[in-house]
Amino acid sequence: MPEPLLQIEGLTKRFGGIVASDDVTLSIPQGELHAIIGPNGAGKTTLIGQLTGELSSQSGRIRLAGEDITALPAWQRSLRGLARSFQITSLFLDFTALDNVALAAQAHVGHSFHFWRDVRKEIELREPARAALERVGLGARADALVANMSHGEHRQLEIAMALATKPRMLLLDEPMAGMGVEECGRMVALLRELKQQLTILLIEHDMDAVFALADRISVLVYGRIIASGEPVAIRANADVRRAYLGEQQAVTLNG
Amino acid sequence: MMRDPRTAVVVALLIFLALLPVYIAMGGNNFVLILFTRILILALAATSLNLILGYGGMVSFGHAVYLGIGGYVVGILAKEGVNAGIVQWPLALLVSALFSLVIGALSLRTRGVYFIMITLAFSQMLYYVAVSLDRYGADDGLTIYRRSQFGLLNLSNKILFYYVCLALLLGVIFLVARIVNSRFGMVIRGATSNERRMRAIGFPVFRYRLVCFVIAGTLCGLAGVLLANHTDFISPAMMHWTRSGDLIVMVVLGGMGSAFGPLIGAVVLLVLEEALSGITEYWQIILGPLLLLIVLFARGGIVGMLRPRHA
Repeated sequence: MPEPLLQIEGLTKRFGGIVASDDVTLSIPQGELHAIIGPNGAGKTTLIGQLTGELSSQSGRIRLAGEDITALPAWQRSLRGLARSFQITSLFLDFTALDNVALAAQAHVGHSFHFWRDVRKEIELREPARAALERVGLGARADALVANMSHGEHRQLEIAMALATKPRMLLLDEPMAGMGVEECGRMVALLRELKQQLTILLIEHDMDAVFALADRISVLVYGRIIASGEPVAIRANADVRRAYLGEQQAVTLNG
Repeated sequence: MMRDPRTAVVVALLIFLALLPVYIAMGGNNFVLILFTRILILALAATSLNLILGYGGMVSFGHAVYLGIGGYVVGILAKEGVNAGIVQWPLALLVSALFSLVIGALSLRTRGVYFIMITLAFSQMLYYVAVSLDRYGADDGLTIYRRSQFGLLNLSNKILFYYVCLALLLGVIFLVARIVNSRFGMVIRGATSNERRMRAIGFPVFRYRLVCFVIAGTLCGLAGVLLANHTDFISPAMMHWTRSGDLIVMVVLGGMGSAFGPLIGAVVLLVLEEALSGITEYWQIILGPLLLLIVLFARGGIVGMLRPRHA
Protein backbone atom coordinates (compact mmCIF):
# COMPACT_ATOMS: atom_id res chain seq x y z
CA MET A 1 0.00 0.00 0.00
CA PRO A 2 1.44 3.40 -0.94
CA GLU A 3 2.27 5.89 1.77
CA PRO A 4 -0.69 8.10 2.72
CA LEU A 5 -0.39 11.74 1.73
CA LEU A 6 -1.47 12.97 5.13
CA GLN A 7 -0.92 10.93 8.24
CA ILE A 8 -2.09 12.07 11.65
CA GLU A 9 -1.08 10.10 14.72
CA GLY A 10 -2.35 10.67 18.23
CA LEU A 11 -2.90 14.39 17.74
CA THR A 12 -4.06 16.09 20.93
CA LYS A 13 -4.94 19.68 21.77
CA ARG A 14 -6.09 20.91 25.14
CA PHE A 15 -7.29 24.40 25.96
CA GLY A 16 -6.95 24.50 29.71
CA GLY A 17 -9.17 21.68 30.93
CA ILE A 18 -11.00 21.24 27.65
CA VAL A 19 -9.76 18.58 25.28
CA ALA A 20 -10.46 19.91 21.79
CA SER A 21 -8.65 17.15 19.92
CA ASP A 22 -8.32 13.86 21.70
CA ASP A 23 -5.77 11.45 20.31
CA VAL A 24 -6.86 11.90 16.70
CA THR A 25 -5.40 9.34 14.34
CA LEU A 26 -6.24 9.48 10.68
CA SER A 27 -4.57 8.68 7.42
CA ILE A 28 -5.61 10.03 4.09
CA PRO A 29 -4.26 8.46 0.91
CA GLN A 30 -3.45 10.40 -2.21
CA GLY A 31 -6.55 11.27 -4.20
CA GLU A 32 -9.09 10.72 -1.46
CA LEU A 33 -11.77 13.17 -0.45
CA HIS A 34 -12.06 12.64 3.25
CA ALA A 35 -14.88 14.39 5.09
CA ILE A 36 -14.96 15.12 8.78
CA ILE A 37 -18.37 15.62 10.29
CA GLY A 38 -19.46 16.19 13.83
CA PRO A 39 -21.71 18.39 15.92
CA ASN A 40 -20.81 22.00 16.70
CA GLY A 41 -17.94 22.22 19.11
CA ALA A 42 -16.65 18.77 18.21
CA GLY A 43 -13.22 20.24 17.47
CA LYS A 44 -13.27 20.21 13.67
CA THR A 45 -11.85 23.69 13.20
CA THR A 46 -9.31 23.08 15.96
CA LEU A 47 -8.11 20.05 14.04
CA ILE A 48 -7.73 22.11 10.86
CA GLY A 49 -5.81 24.69 12.87
CA GLN A 50 -3.44 22.01 14.12
CA LEU A 51 -2.95 20.61 10.64
CA THR A 52 -2.17 24.00 9.11
CA GLY A 53 0.11 25.00 11.97
CA GLU A 54 -1.95 27.86 13.36
CA LEU A 55 -2.35 25.92 16.56
CA SER A 56 0.34 23.88 18.24
CA SER A 57 -0.41 20.38 19.46
CA GLN A 58 0.41 18.99 22.89
CA SER A 59 1.21 15.61 21.48
CA GLY A 60 1.01 13.61 18.29
CA ARG A 61 2.57 13.65 14.84
CA ILE A 62 1.53 15.03 11.47
CA ARG A 63 3.21 13.72 8.35
CA LEU A 64 2.75 15.12 4.86
CA ALA A 65 4.00 12.72 2.17
CA GLY A 66 6.16 11.05 4.80
CA GLU A 67 7.73 14.25 6.08
CA ASP A 68 7.14 15.17 9.70
CA ILE A 69 5.62 18.66 9.65
CA THR A 70 4.42 18.73 13.26
CA ALA A 71 6.85 21.44 14.31
CA LEU A 72 6.72 23.58 11.17
CA PRO A 73 5.10 27.04 11.21
CA ALA A 74 2.01 27.65 9.08
CA TRP A 75 3.80 29.33 6.19
CA GLN A 76 6.21 26.44 5.74
CA ARG A 77 3.37 23.94 5.66
CA SER A 78 1.77 26.02 2.95
CA LEU A 79 4.99 25.95 0.96
CA ARG A 80 4.98 22.15 1.27
CA GLY A 81 1.60 21.98 -0.37
CA LEU A 82 -0.95 22.12 2.41
CA ALA A 83 -3.57 24.71 1.55
CA ARG A 84 -6.58 25.72 3.55
CA SER A 85 -9.77 27.68 3.23
CA PHE A 86 -11.33 29.42 6.20
CA GLN A 87 -14.73 28.75 7.71
CA ILE A 88 -15.16 32.43 8.38
CA THR A 89 -14.11 34.15 5.21
CA SER A 90 -10.60 35.48 5.60
CA LEU A 91 -9.58 37.57 2.62
CA PHE A 92 -7.80 40.81 1.77
CA LEU A 93 -10.93 42.94 1.64
CA ASP A 94 -9.22 46.07 0.36
CA PHE A 95 -7.68 44.28 -2.64
CA THR A 96 -9.32 43.12 -5.85
CA ALA A 97 -10.17 39.46 -6.32
CA LEU A 98 -7.29 39.07 -8.74
CA ASP A 99 -4.85 40.73 -6.32
CA ASN A 100 -5.96 38.31 -3.61
CA VAL A 101 -5.28 35.26 -5.70
CA ALA A 102 -2.09 36.68 -7.24
CA LEU A 103 -0.72 37.24 -3.74
CA ALA A 104 -1.37 33.60 -2.93
CA ALA A 105 0.45 32.61 -6.12
CA GLN A 106 3.30 34.96 -5.26
CA ALA A 107 4.03 33.11 -2.03
CA HIS A 108 4.96 30.05 -4.07
CA VAL A 109 7.32 31.45 -6.69
CA GLY A 110 10.32 32.18 -4.50
CA HIS A 111 10.97 34.99 -2.04
CA SER A 112 9.24 38.34 -2.35
CA PHE A 113 12.20 40.64 -1.80
CA HIS A 114 11.53 42.38 -5.10
CA PHE A 115 11.13 46.07 -4.52
CA TRP A 116 10.85 47.71 -7.89
CA ARG A 117 8.79 45.95 -10.53
CA ASP A 118 5.05 46.63 -10.59
CA VAL A 119 3.46 43.48 -9.22
CA ARG A 120 0.30 44.03 -11.25
CA LYS A 121 2.28 43.69 -14.46
CA GLU A 122 3.86 40.37 -13.55
CA ILE A 123 2.45 37.80 -15.94
CA GLU A 124 4.02 35.07 -13.85
CA LEU A 125 1.56 35.93 -11.06
CA ARG A 126 -1.42 37.31 -12.95
CA GLU A 127 -1.87 34.36 -15.30
CA PRO A 128 -2.08 31.58 -12.72
CA ALA A 129 -4.26 33.85 -10.58
CA ARG A 130 -6.63 34.40 -13.47
CA ALA A 131 -6.69 30.67 -14.16
CA ALA A 132 -7.59 29.94 -10.53
CA LEU A 133 -10.40 32.51 -10.65
CA GLU A 134 -11.74 30.96 -13.88
CA ARG A 135 -11.64 27.57 -12.29
CA VAL A 136 -13.91 28.56 -9.41
CA GLY A 137 -16.16 30.56 -11.71
CA LEU A 138 -15.04 34.05 -10.77
CA GLY A 139 -13.28 34.89 -14.04
CA ALA A 140 -15.58 37.80 -14.75
CA ARG A 141 -15.09 39.27 -11.27
CA ALA A 142 -11.30 39.51 -11.37
CA ASP A 143 -11.18 43.27 -10.94
CA ALA A 144 -13.92 43.58 -8.34
CA LEU A 145 -12.93 44.88 -4.93
CA VAL A 146 -13.33 41.98 -2.52
CA ALA A 147 -15.20 44.14 0.01
CA ASN A 148 -17.90 44.64 -2.64
CA MET A 149 -18.36 40.96 -3.48
CA SER A 150 -21.15 38.72 -2.22
CA HIS A 151 -20.78 36.08 0.45
CA GLY A 152 -21.03 33.29 -2.09
CA GLU A 153 -18.30 34.89 -4.18
CA HIS A 154 -16.13 35.17 -1.09
CA ARG A 155 -16.49 31.44 -0.54
CA GLN A 156 -15.43 30.79 -4.13
CA LEU A 157 -12.51 33.17 -3.74
CA GLU A 158 -11.40 31.24 -0.65
CA ILE A 159 -11.05 28.17 -2.84
CA ALA A 160 -9.32 30.09 -5.64
CA MET A 161 -6.70 31.36 -3.20
CA ALA A 162 -6.05 27.88 -1.90
CA LEU A 163 -5.71 26.62 -5.48
CA ALA A 164 -3.27 29.37 -6.43
CA THR A 165 -0.78 28.02 -3.92
CA LYS A 166 -0.44 24.90 -6.11
CA PRO A 167 -1.38 22.58 -3.25
CA ARG A 168 -0.99 18.84 -2.93
CA MET A 169 -3.78 18.81 -0.45
CA LEU A 170 -6.73 21.06 0.34
CA LEU A 171 -8.11 21.52 3.83
CA LEU A 172 -11.56 23.00 3.40
CA ASP A 173 -13.26 24.34 6.49
CA GLU A 174 -16.99 24.45 5.76
CA PRO A 175 -16.73 25.81 2.23
CA MET A 176 -20.54 25.94 2.00
CA ALA A 177 -21.14 27.83 5.23
CA GLY A 178 -23.89 30.38 4.78
CA MET A 179 -24.52 29.59 1.13
CA GLY A 180 -27.88 29.37 -0.62
CA VAL A 181 -29.11 26.15 -2.25
CA GLU A 182 -28.07 27.16 -5.73
CA GLU A 183 -24.60 28.32 -4.61
CA CYS A 184 -24.17 25.08 -2.71
CA GLY A 185 -24.91 23.14 -5.86
CA ARG A 186 -22.22 25.02 -7.73
CA MET A 187 -19.73 24.44 -4.92
CA VAL A 188 -20.46 20.70 -4.89
CA ALA A 189 -19.86 20.59 -8.63
CA LEU A 190 -16.59 22.46 -8.18
CA LEU A 191 -15.40 20.15 -5.39
CA ARG A 192 -16.34 17.11 -7.45
CA GLU A 193 -14.11 18.42 -10.21
CA LEU A 194 -11.26 19.31 -7.83
CA LYS A 195 -11.25 15.88 -6.25
CA GLN A 196 -10.17 14.42 -9.57
CA GLN A 197 -6.77 16.06 -9.11
CA LEU A 198 -6.40 16.85 -5.43
CA THR A 199 -6.51 15.17 -2.09
CA ILE A 200 -9.08 16.94 0.03
CA LEU A 201 -9.94 17.03 3.70
CA LEU A 202 -13.44 18.48 3.90
CA ILE A 203 -15.19 19.74 6.98
CA GLU A 204 -18.84 20.38 6.27
CA HIS A 205 -22.20 20.55 7.95
CA ASP A 206 -24.20 20.05 4.79
CA MET A 207 -24.83 16.29 4.95
CA ASP A 208 -26.14 16.05 1.39
CA ALA A 209 -22.89 17.51 0.14
CA VAL A 210 -20.76 15.32 2.38
CA PHE A 211 -22.45 12.08 1.38
CA ALA A 212 -22.38 13.09 -2.28
CA LEU A 213 -18.68 13.89 -2.32
CA ALA A 214 -16.78 11.91 0.27
CA ASP A 215 -14.82 8.74 -0.38
CA ARG A 216 -14.53 8.27 3.35
CA ILE A 217 -15.99 10.00 6.34
CA SER A 218 -14.74 10.39 9.90
CA VAL A 219 -17.03 11.41 12.70
CA LEU A 220 -15.60 13.68 15.36
CA VAL A 221 -17.37 14.00 18.69
CA TYR A 222 -15.82 15.85 21.64
CA GLY A 223 -12.47 15.86 19.87
CA ARG A 224 -12.46 12.11 19.38
CA ILE A 225 -12.96 10.16 16.20
CA ILE A 226 -15.75 7.74 16.98
CA ALA A 227 -16.08 6.23 13.53
CA SER A 228 -14.28 6.31 10.23
CA GLY A 229 -15.26 4.59 7.02
CA GLU A 230 -17.08 4.72 3.73
CA PRO A 231 -20.29 6.78 3.58
CA VAL A 232 -22.47 3.66 3.54
CA ALA A 233 -20.83 2.32 6.67
CA ILE A 234 -21.08 5.66 8.46
CA ARG A 235 -24.74 5.93 7.60
CA ALA A 236 -25.34 2.53 9.12
CA ASN A 237 -23.15 2.98 12.17
CA ALA A 238 -25.22 2.88 15.34
CA ASP A 239 -22.75 4.88 17.43
CA VAL A 240 -22.76 7.66 14.88
CA ARG A 241 -26.52 7.82 14.86
CA ARG A 242 -26.72 7.98 18.60
CA ALA A 243 -23.84 10.37 19.21
CA TYR A 244 -24.18 12.70 16.34
CA LEU A 245 -27.00 12.32 13.92
CA GLY A 246 -29.68 11.88 16.55
CA GLU A 247 -32.65 9.59 16.18
CA GLN A 248 -34.73 11.98 14.11
CA GLN A 249 -32.04 12.62 11.54
CA ALA A 250 -31.16 8.96 11.43
CA VAL A 251 -34.63 8.29 10.16
CA THR A 252 -34.24 10.86 7.42
CA LEU A 253 -30.88 9.45 6.41
CA ASN A 254 -32.31 5.99 6.14
CA GLY A 255 -35.11 7.22 3.95
CA MET B 1 -6.49 62.51 -14.99
CA MET B 2 -6.74 66.14 -13.88
CA ARG B 3 -10.41 65.59 -13.11
CA ASP B 4 -9.21 63.94 -9.95
CA PRO B 5 -8.83 66.77 -7.41
CA ARG B 6 -6.01 64.83 -5.76
CA THR B 7 -3.88 65.07 -8.88
CA ALA B 8 -4.65 68.77 -9.23
CA VAL B 9 -3.63 69.50 -5.64
CA VAL B 10 -0.42 67.49 -5.92
CA VAL B 11 0.55 69.14 -9.22
CA ALA B 12 -0.18 72.61 -7.83
CA LEU B 13 1.83 71.86 -4.71
CA LEU B 14 4.80 70.57 -6.70
CA ILE B 15 4.79 73.62 -8.96
CA PHE B 16 4.67 75.84 -5.88
CA LEU B 17 7.56 73.98 -4.25
CA ALA B 18 9.64 74.06 -7.43
CA LEU B 19 9.14 77.80 -7.92
CA LEU B 20 9.46 78.92 -4.31
CA PRO B 21 13.19 79.78 -4.60
CA VAL B 22 12.40 81.99 -7.60
CA TYR B 23 10.20 84.07 -5.32
CA ILE B 24 13.04 84.24 -2.81
CA ALA B 25 15.55 85.24 -5.49
CA MET B 26 13.22 88.08 -6.47
CA GLY B 27 13.51 89.46 -2.98
CA GLY B 28 10.95 87.39 -1.10
CA ASN B 29 11.18 86.71 2.60
CA ASN B 30 14.10 84.41 3.28
CA PHE B 31 12.29 83.00 6.26
CA VAL B 32 9.79 81.30 3.95
CA LEU B 33 12.62 79.40 2.27
CA ILE B 34 13.94 78.24 5.62
CA LEU B 35 10.45 77.19 6.71
CA PHE B 36 9.86 75.22 3.54
CA THR B 37 13.26 73.56 3.62
CA ARG B 38 12.30 72.32 7.05
CA ILE B 39 8.91 71.22 5.74
CA LEU B 40 10.54 69.23 2.93
CA ILE B 41 12.86 67.48 5.36
CA LEU B 42 10.11 66.55 7.79
CA ALA B 43 7.92 65.51 4.86
CA LEU B 44 10.69 63.09 3.90
CA ALA B 45 10.68 61.70 7.42
CA ALA B 46 6.88 61.44 7.34
CA THR B 47 7.01 59.68 3.96
CA SER B 48 9.35 57.09 5.45
CA LEU B 49 6.96 56.66 8.38
CA ASN B 50 4.07 56.26 5.95
CA LEU B 51 5.74 53.17 4.53
CA ILE B 52 5.46 51.33 7.84
CA LEU B 53 2.45 53.14 9.31
CA GLY B 54 0.26 53.75 6.28
CA TYR B 55 1.06 50.62 4.28
CA GLY B 56 2.49 48.30 6.89
CA GLY B 57 0.13 49.06 9.78
CA MET B 58 3.09 49.40 12.13
CA VAL B 59 2.36 52.32 14.44
CA SER B 60 5.86 53.32 15.42
CA PHE B 61 5.79 55.98 18.09
CA GLY B 62 9.53 56.38 17.98
CA HIS B 63 10.23 57.18 14.38
CA ALA B 64 11.93 60.51 15.13
CA VAL B 65 14.74 58.55 16.74
CA TYR B 66 16.16 57.99 13.23
CA LEU B 67 16.11 61.74 12.63
CA GLY B 68 18.29 61.94 15.70
CA ILE B 69 20.56 59.09 14.68
CA GLY B 70 21.11 60.49 11.18
CA GLY B 71 21.70 63.94 12.64
CA TYR B 72 24.05 62.78 15.37
CA VAL B 73 26.22 60.82 12.94
CA VAL B 74 26.67 64.00 10.90
CA GLY B 75 27.20 66.15 13.99
CA ILE B 76 29.63 63.81 15.70
CA LEU B 77 31.68 63.33 12.54
CA ALA B 78 31.76 67.09 11.97
CA LYS B 79 32.93 67.64 15.53
CA GLU B 80 35.68 65.08 15.02
CA GLY B 81 36.78 66.83 11.85
CA VAL B 82 35.22 64.55 9.26
CA ASN B 83 33.21 66.80 6.98
CA ALA B 84 33.22 64.82 3.75
CA GLY B 85 29.63 64.13 2.74
CA ILE B 86 30.72 60.97 1.00
CA VAL B 87 31.67 59.62 4.44
CA GLN B 88 29.00 61.29 6.57
CA TRP B 89 25.92 60.44 4.57
CA PRO B 90 26.45 56.73 3.87
CA LEU B 91 27.61 56.20 7.45
CA ALA B 92 24.52 57.97 8.78
CA LEU B 93 22.29 55.74 6.65
CA LEU B 94 24.18 52.63 7.71
CA VAL B 95 23.92 53.47 11.42
CA SER B 96 20.20 54.26 11.02
CA ALA B 97 19.73 50.92 9.28
CA LEU B 98 21.54 49.06 12.06
CA PHE B 99 19.54 50.73 14.80
CA SER B 100 16.25 50.10 13.02
CA LEU B 101 17.28 46.48 12.51
CA VAL B 102 17.81 45.97 16.23
CA ILE B 103 14.78 48.01 17.31
CA GLY B 104 12.60 46.33 14.69
CA ALA B 105 13.79 42.82 15.49
CA LEU B 106 12.73 43.30 19.10
CA SER B 107 9.61 45.43 18.77
CA LEU B 108 8.03 43.61 15.81
CA ARG B 109 7.50 40.62 18.05
CA THR B 110 4.75 42.62 19.71
CA ARG B 111 1.47 43.96 18.39
CA GLY B 112 -0.85 46.89 18.84
CA VAL B 113 -0.38 49.01 21.92
CA TYR B 114 2.71 47.03 22.95
CA PHE B 115 4.39 47.83 19.66
CA ILE B 116 3.59 51.52 20.12
CA MET B 117 4.99 51.48 23.65
CA ILE B 118 8.15 49.56 22.84
CA THR B 119 9.07 51.78 19.89
CA LEU B 120 8.45 54.77 22.16
CA ALA B 121 10.65 53.21 24.83
CA PHE B 122 13.53 52.66 22.41
CA SER B 123 13.36 56.22 21.17
CA GLN B 124 13.31 57.60 24.70
CA MET B 125 16.27 55.40 25.57
CA LEU B 126 18.31 56.84 22.72
CA TYR B 127 17.08 60.31 23.61
CA TYR B 128 18.65 59.94 27.04
CA VAL B 129 21.80 58.48 25.53
CA ALA B 130 22.08 61.68 23.50
CA VAL B 131 21.44 63.75 26.62
CA SER B 132 24.35 62.00 28.31
CA LEU B 133 26.84 62.59 25.49
CA ASP B 134 28.83 65.35 27.21
CA ARG B 135 31.40 65.55 24.48
CA TYR B 136 28.68 66.25 21.95
CA GLY B 137 26.78 68.93 23.77
CA ALA B 138 24.62 66.74 26.00
CA ASP B 139 21.34 68.51 26.73
CA ASP B 140 22.34 71.73 25.01
CA GLY B 141 23.14 70.20 21.67
CA LEU B 142 26.05 70.75 19.37
CA THR B 143 26.64 73.36 16.71
CA ILE B 144 27.87 72.12 13.36
CA TYR B 145 30.34 74.61 11.93
CA ARG B 146 30.69 73.14 8.47
CA ARG B 147 27.94 71.48 6.53
CA SER B 148 28.62 68.20 4.73
CA GLN B 149 31.21 68.81 2.04
CA PHE B 150 30.47 67.59 -1.48
CA GLY B 151 33.21 69.28 -3.50
CA LEU B 152 31.65 71.87 -5.75
CA LEU B 153 28.16 71.27 -4.39
CA ASN B 154 27.97 73.87 -1.64
CA LEU B 155 25.18 72.93 0.74
CA SER B 156 25.57 76.24 2.59
CA ASN B 157 23.87 77.87 -0.36
CA LYS B 158 20.30 78.00 0.93
CA ILE B 159 18.63 77.75 -2.46
CA LEU B 160 20.82 74.88 -3.59
CA PHE B 161 20.21 73.09 -0.30
CA TYR B 162 16.47 73.59 -0.72
CA TYR B 163 16.60 71.93 -4.12
CA VAL B 164 18.70 69.08 -2.77
CA CYS B 165 16.02 68.47 -0.14
CA LEU B 166 13.25 68.72 -2.71
CA ALA B 167 15.00 66.30 -5.06
CA LEU B 168 15.63 63.79 -2.28
CA LEU B 169 12.05 64.09 -1.06
CA LEU B 170 10.64 63.44 -4.52
CA GLY B 171 13.10 60.59 -4.98
CA VAL B 172 11.95 59.00 -1.72
CA ILE B 173 8.26 59.49 -2.55
CA PHE B 174 8.88 57.77 -5.88
CA LEU B 175 10.86 55.00 -4.23
CA VAL B 176 8.14 54.34 -1.65
CA ALA B 177 5.50 54.34 -4.41
CA ARG B 178 7.50 51.72 -6.31
CA ILE B 179 8.06 49.63 -3.21
CA VAL B 180 4.41 49.49 -2.20
CA ASN B 181 3.38 48.31 -5.66
CA SER B 182 6.10 45.66 -5.88
CA ARG B 183 5.96 42.06 -4.71
CA PHE B 184 7.49 43.20 -1.44
CA GLY B 185 4.88 45.92 -1.06
CA MET B 186 2.04 43.47 -1.63
CA VAL B 187 3.38 41.30 1.17
CA ILE B 188 3.56 44.29 3.51
CA ARG B 189 0.05 45.46 2.64
CA GLY B 190 -1.32 41.95 2.72
CA ALA B 191 0.08 41.48 6.23
CA THR B 192 -1.66 44.68 7.31
CA SER B 193 -4.92 43.58 5.76
CA ASN B 194 -4.96 39.99 7.01
CA GLU B 195 -1.89 38.61 8.69
CA ARG B 196 -3.44 35.24 9.42
CA ARG B 197 -4.24 34.66 5.77
CA MET B 198 -0.72 35.68 4.80
CA ARG B 199 0.72 32.90 6.93
CA ALA B 200 -1.83 30.46 5.58
CA ILE B 201 -0.84 31.15 1.97
CA GLY B 202 2.83 30.70 2.77
CA PHE B 203 4.42 34.00 3.78
CA PRO B 204 6.90 34.33 6.65
CA VAL B 205 5.49 37.72 7.58
CA PHE B 206 8.02 38.76 10.23
CA ARG B 207 11.06 39.02 7.98
CA TYR B 208 9.22 41.16 5.44
CA ARG B 209 7.98 43.48 8.13
CA LEU B 210 11.48 43.76 9.56
CA VAL B 211 13.00 44.68 6.21
CA CYS B 212 10.24 47.24 5.73
CA PHE B 213 10.97 48.69 9.16
CA VAL B 214 14.67 48.96 8.29
CA ILE B 215 13.96 50.68 4.96
CA ALA B 216 11.76 53.23 6.74
CA GLY B 217 14.35 53.81 9.47
CA THR B 218 17.12 54.28 6.93
CA LEU B 219 15.12 56.77 4.88
CA CYS B 220 14.27 58.68 8.04
CA GLY B 221 18.00 58.68 8.83
CA LEU B 222 18.46 60.54 5.56
CA ALA B 223 15.97 63.15 6.77
CA GLY B 224 18.06 63.43 9.94
CA VAL B 225 21.18 64.09 7.87
CA LEU B 226 19.36 66.87 6.06
CA LEU B 227 17.92 68.31 9.26
CA ALA B 228 21.35 68.52 10.90
CA ASN B 229 22.70 70.29 7.84
CA HIS B 230 19.70 72.57 7.67
CA THR B 231 19.87 73.80 11.26
CA ASP B 232 23.67 73.47 11.56
CA PHE B 233 22.86 72.02 14.93
CA ILE B 234 21.99 68.76 16.60
CA SER B 235 20.33 68.21 19.95
CA PRO B 236 18.41 65.46 21.72
CA ALA B 237 15.23 67.39 20.89
CA MET B 238 15.53 66.04 17.32
CA MET B 239 14.39 62.67 18.59
CA HIS B 240 12.08 63.70 21.38
CA TRP B 241 8.86 61.68 21.44
CA THR B 242 6.78 64.73 20.63
CA ARG B 243 8.63 64.87 17.31
CA SER B 244 7.62 61.27 16.67
CA GLY B 245 4.07 62.35 17.43
CA ASP B 246 4.35 65.20 14.92
CA LEU B 247 5.40 62.74 12.24
CA ILE B 248 2.38 60.53 12.96
CA VAL B 249 0.11 63.57 12.80
CA MET B 250 1.56 64.52 9.40
CA VAL B 251 0.93 61.06 8.01
CA VAL B 252 -2.59 60.73 9.42
CA LEU B 253 -3.51 64.30 8.53
CA GLY B 254 -2.26 64.03 4.96
CA GLY B 255 -3.53 60.54 4.32
CA MET B 256 -2.15 57.20 5.42
CA GLY B 257 -1.15 54.94 2.60
CA SER B 258 -1.09 57.62 -0.06
CA ALA B 259 2.11 58.61 -1.85
CA PHE B 260 1.85 62.38 -1.40
CA GLY B 261 -0.22 62.34 1.79
CA PRO B 262 2.72 62.82 4.17
CA LEU B 263 4.01 65.78 2.15
CA ILE B 264 0.58 67.41 2.19
CA GLY B 265 0.25 66.67 5.89
CA ALA B 266 3.66 68.18 6.63
CA VAL B 267 2.87 71.33 4.64
CA VAL B 268 -0.51 71.82 6.30
CA LEU B 269 0.67 71.07 9.83
CA LEU B 270 3.82 73.18 9.77
CA VAL B 271 2.30 76.12 7.86
CA LEU B 272 -0.67 76.16 10.24
CA GLU B 273 1.68 75.94 13.19
CA GLU B 274 3.65 78.89 11.84
CA ALA B 275 0.61 80.97 10.97
CA LEU B 276 -1.28 80.32 14.19
CA SER B 277 1.72 80.90 16.43
CA GLY B 278 1.97 84.34 14.80
CA ILE B 279 -1.56 85.11 15.94
CA THR B 280 -1.52 83.81 19.46
CA GLU B 281 0.76 82.26 21.97
CA TYR B 282 -1.86 79.58 22.57
CA TRP B 283 -1.95 78.41 18.96
CA GLN B 284 -2.12 74.77 20.01
CA ILE B 285 -5.63 75.39 21.35
CA ILE B 286 -6.71 76.15 17.78
CA LEU B 287 -4.55 73.58 16.00
CA GLY B 288 -5.56 70.70 18.28
CA PRO B 289 -9.31 70.78 17.63
CA LEU B 290 -8.68 71.44 13.93
CA LEU B 291 -6.62 68.25 13.64
CA LEU B 292 -9.22 66.39 15.65
CA LEU B 293 -11.94 67.42 13.23
CA ILE B 294 -9.96 66.34 10.19
CA VAL B 295 -9.06 63.00 11.71
CA LEU B 296 -12.65 62.41 12.87
CA PHE B 297 -14.47 63.45 9.74
CA ALA B 298 -12.05 62.80 6.91
CA ARG B 299 -11.12 59.16 6.84
CA GLY B 300 -7.98 58.94 4.77
CA GLY B 301 -6.92 62.45 5.80
CA ILE B 302 -6.76 65.38 3.41
CA VAL B 303 -6.05 63.13 0.45
CA GLY B 304 -9.09 61.04 1.39
CA MET B 305 -11.19 64.21 1.50
CA LEU B 306 -10.15 65.02 -2.06
CA ARG B 307 -11.06 61.58 -3.38
CA PRO B 308 -13.81 61.74 -6.03
CA ARG B 309 -17.10 60.68 -4.47
CA HIS B 310 -18.43 58.47 -7.27
CA ALA B 311 -15.30 56.36 -7.56
